[in-house]
Amino acid sequence: MTDMIVADQLVKDFGEKRAVDQVSLTVKRGEVLGFLGPNGAGKSTTMKMLTGFLKPTSGQASIAGHDVSTASMAARKVLGYLPEGAPLYPDMTPWSLLHFCAEVRNVPSELRRRRVIESIERTNLQSVVMQSIDTLSKGFKRRVGLAQALLHDPEVLILDEPTDGLDPNQKHEVRELIREIAPDKAIIISTHILEEVDAICSRAVIIADGRVIADGAPSQLAEQSPLFNAISVVLSTDKVQQARSILEALDDVQEVRVQSLAGGLAKLTVVPAASRLILNPVISTLGEAKLEAISIRPEASALEDLFRQLTVSPDKQEAA
Amino acid sequence: MGTLFTVAKREFSGYFATPIAAIFLIIFLAVSAAFTFFVGYFLERGNADLQVFFNFHPWLYLFFAPALSMRLWAEERRQGTIELFLTLPIPLWAAVLGKFLAAWLFLGVALILTFPMWVTVNILGQPDNGVILASYLASFLMAGGYLAIGSCLSAATKNQVIAFVLTVTVAFVFTAGGAGFLTNLISEFVGKSVLDAIAEISVLPHFNQIVKGVIALKDLAYFVALILAWLLGAMAVIDYKKAG
Repeated sequence: MTDMIVADQLVKDFGEKRAVDQVSLTVKRGEVLGFLGPNGAGKSTTMKMLTGFLKPTSGQASIAGHDVSTASMAARKVLGYLPEGAPLYPDMTPWSLLHFCAEVRNVPSELRRRRVIESIERTNLQSVVMQSIDTLSKGFKRRVGLAQALLHDPEVLILDEPTDGLDPNQKHEVRELIREIAPDKAIIISTHILEEVDAICSRAVIIADGRVIADGAPSQLAEQSPLFNAISVVLSTDKVQQARSILEALDDVQEVRVQSLAGGLAKLTVVPAASRLILNPVISTLGEAKLEAISIRPEASALEDLFRQLTVSPDKQEAA
Repeated sequence: MGTLFTVAKREFSGYFATPIAAIFLIIFLAVSAAFTFFVGYFLERGNADLQVFFNFHPWLYLFFAPALSMRLWAEERRQGTIELFLTLPIPLWAAVLGKFLAAWLFLGVALILTFPMWVTVNILGQPDNGVILASYLASFLMAGGYLAIGSCLSAATKNQVIAFVLTVTVAFVFTAGGAGFLTNLISEFVGKSVLDAIAEISVLPHFNQIVKGVIALKDLAYFVALILAWLLGAMAVIDYKKAG
């Protein structure tokens, strides 16, 4: 498999500040890379360098083997890009904007109409195609941006927060769309929605302060979190003390965290020692003690926990 | 070549997407007529020519051209669309030239709409229509020069007001450098060779030559060079800004 997107030690300085520091990554065909990081971590700046919009202070980037600074035109031809915030010409309609992009991208005139209609259908823009972009909601604007990026069926897609501003249904649609087209493309999406990474990404890269601090399959990354295989138990507050002490007494349990919830309820997070499977022992222990729980389920936020651990600086963590 | 045309077309139709085009055209025509009749005493002079009409053009463009060119790049930067625009497979020269041509064509339309002046003078007398045609050419070329200056300065900022003010200032230097009152003033301090050099890069002497009906290669080359130099400048500014 060829590396369709390559970042090789990208560095970007804005004045004194180093926004991106030695970021290297590769994305192969068929991969969807989720680019994670807190706001201001350097995600968008890295993506701008990958598309050739910003020149790196040092390092190189290439798209489908074309260096983005020396073979910029060839790189741009095979690239679909949704910039941060989906900027679009407000006085155009989705229809005229997509036609403009198709013309610029040298789509033969007899195919142009069909391509434009296809990308309108794929992003569900039918109801607004003739409305000026100015008057569209944030969700529609984002989808026009996506339609523009997908128009020429590019081999490489770089999407900066493609689901930002969409409602849950629209998010779902966009994720389905990305999943559908993923097998024969190389895709980078940036997001700060971690469930999205679980849902569509084959790989996740976490960056903080301009540096890559984790790179791997989402499940692999989740394993690095102490919360991997943790169990969460919700029960009423009066039972918390007892439940906590008997659960902590279990061999495979390392610690039990308590968090109070609304309505006289509390959530216990039972953290296993060495990621052991503890669902059954937890259930049976609570059952034997006749402690009725409202819910017992695997803790889903391992990736989120890792993300917080890695990206919140120690002094902030203490404060929180 | 195809993308150049596509960019120019999009940009040109952009003027008509808002009332800006209509407002611009109306004010341009009103002001150019007002200058001609009330300041230039077009009728009272009794000459069947458009000399006074064209004499005001350098000063007219000083404000109208920057008003058109200020949005070319500054607006793209402010709205962020520049990121979309510059990552489409459009060569930089085509992006810069396409935007410039759209603005130039638009001012060309404004200029063509002054034809009632030409009709009037032909009704009132028998003007030298060759000279008038040359004057229109000179005016159009000069407009191009100012718009090229404006393109470059618009690329340097995301603030349209700053782009406007900068362009008026630079265009003023290029215009007034050859104007009598200014040359008289600085001739006190500098030698003739410096004066000649300033006059050489100034718009006015070249404009005045063509307006007289003398179309010399030297003057045409001046305008072409002026436009190209500033458009290359615009490309350099955009490229420089990529370095952040």
